[in-house]
Amino acid sequence: MIELLGVDGTVRGTSPMTSKQVVDALRLMLLSRAVDDRLIKLQRMGRVGVYGPVHGQEAAVIGSAMALDPHRDWIVPASREHPAMLRHGLPLMNMFATYMGNFDAAAIPDGVRLLPRQQAIGAQLPHAAGLAWALKLRRAGGVVAVYFGEGASSEGDFHEASNLAGVMRVPLVMLLINNHYAISTPVHRQTAATELAARADGYGFPGFVVDGNDLFAVYATTLDAVNRALSGGGPTLIECRTYRIGFHNTSDNPKEYRDPAEVDEAEQRDPIERVRRFATREGIWSAAIESAALDEIRSQIETAQRQVEELPRPGAAAIFEHVYEQLSPRLEQQKAEALDDARPS
Amino acid sequence: MSDQPELSVLEAIREALFEEMGRDERVMVLGMDVGRLGGVFRVTRGLMERYGPERVVDTPLAEGAIVGASLGLAIGGMVPVAEVQFLGFTHQAFHQIGPQLARYRFRSRGRFSAQVTIRAPFGGGTRTPEFHPDAIEAQFVQAPGVKIVCPAFPDDAKGLLLEAIRDPDPVLYLEPQRLYRSIRGPVPPGDHTVPFGSSRLVREGKDVLLVAWSAAVHLCLEAAGLLAQDGVEASVLDLRTLVPLDVAGLIAAVEQSGKVVVVHEAPLTGGFGAEIVATIQQEAFGSLDAPIRRVAARDTPYPPGSMEDYFLPSVRRIVAAARATVEY
Repeated sequence: MIELLGVDGTVRGTSPMTSKQVVDALRLMLLSRAVDDRLIKLQRMGRVGVYGPVHGQEAAVIGSAMALDPHRDWIVPASREHPAMLRHGLPLMNMFATYMGNFDAAAIPDGVRLLPRQQAIGAQLPHAAGLAWALKLRRAGGVVAVYFGEGASSEGDFHEASNLAGVMRVPLVMLLINNHYAISTPVHRQTAATELAARADGYGFPGFVVDGNDLFAVYATTLDAVNRALSGGGPTLIECRTYRIGFHNTSDNPKEYRDPAEVDEAEQRDPIERVRRFATREGIWSAAIESAALDEIRSQIETAQRQVEELPRPGAAAIFEHVYEQLSPRLEQQKAEALDDARPS
Repeated sequence: MSDQPELSVLEAIREALFEEMGRDERVMVLGMDVGRLGGVFRVTRGLMERYGPERVVDTPLAEGAIVGASLGLAIGGMVPVAEVQFLGFTHQAFHQIGPQLARYRFRSRGRFSAQVTIRAPFGGGTRTPEFHPDAIEAQFVQAPGVKIVCPAFPDDAKGLLLEAIRDPDPVLYLEPQRLYRSIRGPVPPGDHTVPFGSSRLVREGKDVLLVAWSAAVHLCLEAAGLLAQDGVEASVLDLRTLVPLDVAGLIAAVEQSGKVVVVHEAPLTGGFGAEIVATIQQEAFGSLDAPIRRVAARDTPYPPGSMEDYFLPSVRRIVAAARATVEY
């Protein structure tokens, strides 16, 4: 397992990230946790449908995203990578709109190299392989980074996409976020293998296991994979071993299926704390800087939430938009009926 | 018309692919055996030699990845024409077609469209092994976002395929495998497109209307010929596309005789024929002079090829249903 940044905040060798990158990553990690808190609160108030927090996985998601160039590379997310999406150019308001049920305001803006979050487990993997294939065919430069969990590694789409990506030697970085649980199913019930990264061998490309709670290890390994892909070396599978400290989503109660001692142990390996220790020791972070950062984050979140709340709610017509480029006569008729139905009587 | 070259259905499809790849360098063909071999039916023969292995690609044997990767290719700026070797094999790709490809424009609120054509041969009558002939087109009708196209003649095969490749939305283009080489006809050279949602009245008669698509259109034409010998004049309407459905064309044809038989190769219950019947009764109830009959495959699993005549709709069954409807 690749490890660079210890739990105590000491780094093996030198930091692969610049001071600015470390500070940016730490701010994003804090933002991620604050977004978790806010959206869970909004869900409890009935203003958000369902939310799956990132809590515990911040280093895996953010360390990998920071190895990408938003002007060159694409991100194909699963459903728990919004910090990576924010870093890649998704406005915070759009992210809040996703969970607050305003699907038009949630759209990925033009020019941002992101695909929408994927609710079907593993279904994004063939899309990512195809997109990477297109970059190669069009000699566009750039790579595609695709996120998925260890649960998705049991899906047929994982196998089909990995195999195709290997055969076509496409510029793809496969980020397997092994958070040890697919809802209640632990990883040892997901696979008899001790290492998911080893599957890469079967597809003819390299695979690595990294400490997914180690920002530096994730960043450095992803950067190597990006460079390999850019130079025509094809895909890489990176298994980021982390732990889902939070619940699967707001409808889940992990106390029913896992030992609290296991969670306590995971919290000792918190991905944010070790970056905080490192940065403090380097003199680029302090309690005062953190306090100012948290104030700023709070205000960003307030603004994003308010912006979504102030938007008009999409009406009945919205469900007929973007079904096809042009509506058929039959759909035009249904739209007219739906608008009529929605009119106050 | 007579100076147009006569092509088979298969040759017409191939001509459309050759022409469109020449016209638009974003167009690529991918699927199992489509390159070196030219496809198991040789539909894509010669394409790899002409356009090279980057644009005509033999893929691994994985239907889900062929369709799923096509969506990614389209997002990345290519225009993929994916071949799934037989429509029955699309069950392995069902999630990638319905919930993914078909919904991507909707889910992304228009940021991404999925300009993907999936070609798949289907239909019985050629004694193929299990899974090769299944007519499962109606299953895709319940996946809003995808268009469903099913030509029955060489000119439509070309015109609808060019339209499909150029359509900004995903299209399932269903090829009638039993007609590939058996039906020939004039095909306009060069740019010839047929708009979706326009049915075609391929035979006119005042007594009864036979409604069908794909290979079943030819069963209806044969039945109409036999009926004419007994003095019953049947019209035959080829729907050409199921989604979008030409409701206006269908109703206009129904109003000519007020008597209708719907024919399809899929099993009876829940087949697209039920949708046709429901549409007619709502839109043209006053024009009907008899209950609408359906002639379809039996509600059984697809039997071995040697037994398929017991299963499939036949000319004889169509003639009987048309007579009963006319005499009602």
